[in-house]
Amino acid sequence: MSFVWTIAEQYEGQLRGVSFELLSRGRALADELGTKLASVVIGDGVDEKALEELIHRGADEVYSIQDPRLKDFVCETYSRILTDLVETYQPAIILAAATSSGRTLMPYVAIKVNTGLTADCTELAIEEGTGNLLQTRPAIGGNIMATIKTPDHRPQMSTVRPKSSRPLPRDTSRTGKIVEVPVEDRYIDDRVHVLGYRRDEEEFANIEEADFVVAGGKGMKKADNFVMLKKMADHFGGEVGASRDAVDRGWIAYPHQIGLSGKTISPRLYIGAGVSGSIQHLAGIKTSETIVAINSDPDAPILKVADFGIVGDLFQVVPELQRRLDEKNTEAT
Amino acid sequence: MNIVVPIKQVPETSNVKMDPEKGTMIRDGVESVINPLDLYAIEAALRLKEEHGGTVTAMTMGPPPAELAVRQAIAMGCEAGILVSDRKFGGSDTWATSYTLAQAIRKVGEVDLIITGERATDGDTAQVGPGIAAWLDLPLATYIAHITGVTTERITVERLVEEGYQLLDVPFPCVITVVKEIASPRLPTLAGKKRSKTQDIPLYNADNMELDPASLGLKGSPTKVVKIATPKVARGGKVVSAAGETGVMHAVDELMKFLDEKELV
Ligand SMILES: Cc1cc2nc3c(=O)[nH]c(=O)nc-3n(C[C@H](O)[C@H](O)[C@H](O)COP(=O)(O)OP(=O)(O)OC[C@H]3O[C@@H](n4cnc5c(N)ncnc54)[C@H](O)[C@@H]3O)c2cc1C
Ligand SMILES: Nc1ncnc2c1ncn2[C@@H]1O[C@H](COP(=O)(O)O)[C@@H](O)[C@H]1O
Repeated sequence: MSFVWTIAEQYEGQLRGVSFELLSRGRALADELGTKLASVVIGDGVDEKALEELIHRGADEVYSIQDPRLKDFVCETYSRILTDLVETYQPAIILAAATSSGRTLMPYVAIKVNTGLTADCTELAIEEGTGNLLQTRPAIGGNIMATIKTPDHRPQMSTVRPKSSRPLPRDTSRTGKIVEVPVEDRYIDDRVHVLGYRRDEEEFANIEEADFVVAGGKGMKKADNFVMLKKMADHFGGEVGASRDAVDRGWIAYPHQIGLSGKTISPRLYIGAGVSGSIQHLAGIKTSETIVAINSDPDAPILKVADFGIVGDLFQVVPELQRRLDEKNTEAT
Repeated sequence: MNIVVPIKQVPETSNVKMDPEKGTMIRDGVESVINPLDLYAIEAALRLKEEHGGTVTAMTMGPPPAELAVRQAIAMGCEAGILVSDRKFGGSDTWATSYTLAQAIRKVGEVDLIITGERATDGDTAQVGPGIAAWLDLPLATYIAHITGVTTERITVERLVEEGYQLLDVPFPCVITVVKEIASPRLPTLAGKKRSKTQDIPLYNADNMELDPASLGLKGSPTKVVKIATPKVARGGKVVSAAGETGVMHAVDELMKFLDEKELV
C-alpha cells in the first residue's frame, strides 16, 4: 500500500512547528488506510535529533534531503527534488503546510507530477469503499465549505493551514527509519538567486503562526494606540493584527493585515478591538478557535461571530482587561 | 518588456450563490468584477511598463461576458486584452485552468513577465499563478510585496514570507504573484475608458489554440467537487454590555471567567 507523506518545513536548520501538526493529520489518515506515514525534510543542517522528533511525533519513515545548497526555499529546486521522490516512491497522499513555501511548492509540483491539489483543507477524511481522500476546504471567503476529491490521479495532494491541528504528544518509544536521500547536481536549479532576508522587527509579524492575535481596527483611532494591543499580545506571547482600514491609514504595517487581502489566521484566541467585522475581515478569522470582540456598537457584525463580545468603549475595556491579566500573573508567581 | 497579466472575473464578494447539485457558482444576477487582488497585479505591470517600456496584456479565461474584465483592465491602461473562452473550458479546476492559460500565453509569443494576483476571491486557491509557471517551466516568485530593481535580464523582488521578506533575483522570463503591498491600483482614466469600448479583444478558443483535448474543462480536471455545504457562521456567543458605572469591571470579569474556562489565561 502506498504511503501517506507530509512535507516537513525547516528554517535555518530548525523544524517548524507546522511539521508536527501535519504529522497528526497524516497519522490519522495512514492508520485509517492501514499504511505507513513518512515525512520529507528538504533543507540544510537539520540534525539527527530533529529528524527523530518527527518519528516520535508520528512518522514511520523520514526522507532527509540535505545540502548547503538547499538551505533556502527555492521553488524550482525543491520542486525537482520532490517530483523525483514522488516518481520514485509513488505515495498515495501528500500533505503540506499552507505556508508561503508550501503554497508555492505544492501547486508547482502538482503540475509536474500531473495530479490535483486542494488548498487550505480544514478537514481530511478517507471515503469509505474507495479509500479516496476527502478534502474539505472553505471557499468564497469562507461562505461555503467544499469537499473535493482526486479520484483518478495519484498522489492526492493537500495543503493544510498552520495551527489548524495540534501535534501528537511526543512518544519516545516510537521507532522508525531515517532515509538519507543523496542530493544530485541536476536537482539544483540556479536560475533564481536568494539574496538574503530583510526583517524589520517593528514592521514584521508572523500572525499566521501565532497562537494569540490581538487585532485593532479603525476604532483604535491612531497609531499610538496600538501600543496597548502590543502589550496585550506580548502578555499572551502572541502578535498584533489589524483590519485593512488600520493598515491603509498607516497605523500599522501590511504584514499585520488580516482578511481577504491580508492573511488568514487560525489562532487559539483572536481578540478584535474596534474592528467592525466586515465580510472581508471575517474571511480571515473564521477558522480561529475562539473569537473575542470589543466594540462600542451593539450591531457590529463581529459580535455575531464572536464567542464572547463586549459592547463598550475599547479605551476603557482594553486597559481594564490588561490590568486583570497582569493581576492574574502576579497572583500566579 | 512584454507583460501578461492573467485576471479573473469574480462575483462581488458580498453576494454569492452556489448550485448545490453541481457545486459550482450561480453567476446569474450577481455583479461581476475583476478579482480585487488582480488589480494589484495590473498596477504593478503598468508601473513597470511606464518605467521600462513595453506592453501590458490582460488575459482572462471565462465565459464570454468575462470580456468585460479585460475591457476594464484596458481602461486602467493595459494596451491589449485577450479572452480565453470555450465551452470546452467550463468547469476547469486549477490544474486545467493553469494549463489552458499557459497555452494561451505560449500563443501570445514573446512574453518576459507574467504577473498574477495572489489568489482569486472566489476559488481562493492561490494555485493558478504557480501552476502557469510550472506548465511553462518558468522560474516563480510568489507573494511579491516590492519590486526593487529591473535590468534587461533580471528582476529583483521582495517576497513576503513567515520570517520577513525573502530577497530574490529572478531572470526573465518568469512568473510573479503579488500581494496588496505592491502598489495601490489606479482608477480607469477617461481616455482609457473610451479606448476600452472600441478595442478589439481577440478570442482564444479550443479551435485556434494548441491544446490536448483530454486536459480541458471539467473532464480534464483531476479534482472533483463532491459536496458543498454552507457553514454556520454565527457562533451564538455571549455578548455583555460595559455600560454604566460598574459596566466595564463587570464585563471584564465575565470575559476573564470565559477565558479561564477555555484555559486561555
Ligand atoms: C476587495 C476588498 C478586500 C478587502 N480586504 C480586507 C482585508 O483583508 N482585511 C480587512 O480587515 N478588510 C478588508 N477590506 C475592507 C473591509 O471591507 C472593511 O472596510 C474593513 O475591514 C473595515 O475595517 P474596520 O473594522 O477597522 O473599520 P470600521 O468598519 O470602520 O469599524 C470600526 C469599528 O470600530 C468600532 N469603534 C469605534 N470606536 C470605538 C471605541 N472607542 N471602542 C470600541 N469600538 C469602537 C465601531 O463601532 C466600528 O464597528 C476589503 C475590502 C474589499 C472591497
Ligand atoms: N480564469 C482565470 N483567468 C485568468 N487568470 C486567472 C484565472 N483564474 C485564476 N487566474 C489568475 O491566478 C491567480 C490565482 O487564482 P486562484 O488560483 O484561482 O486563487 C488570480 O489572481 C489570477 O491572476
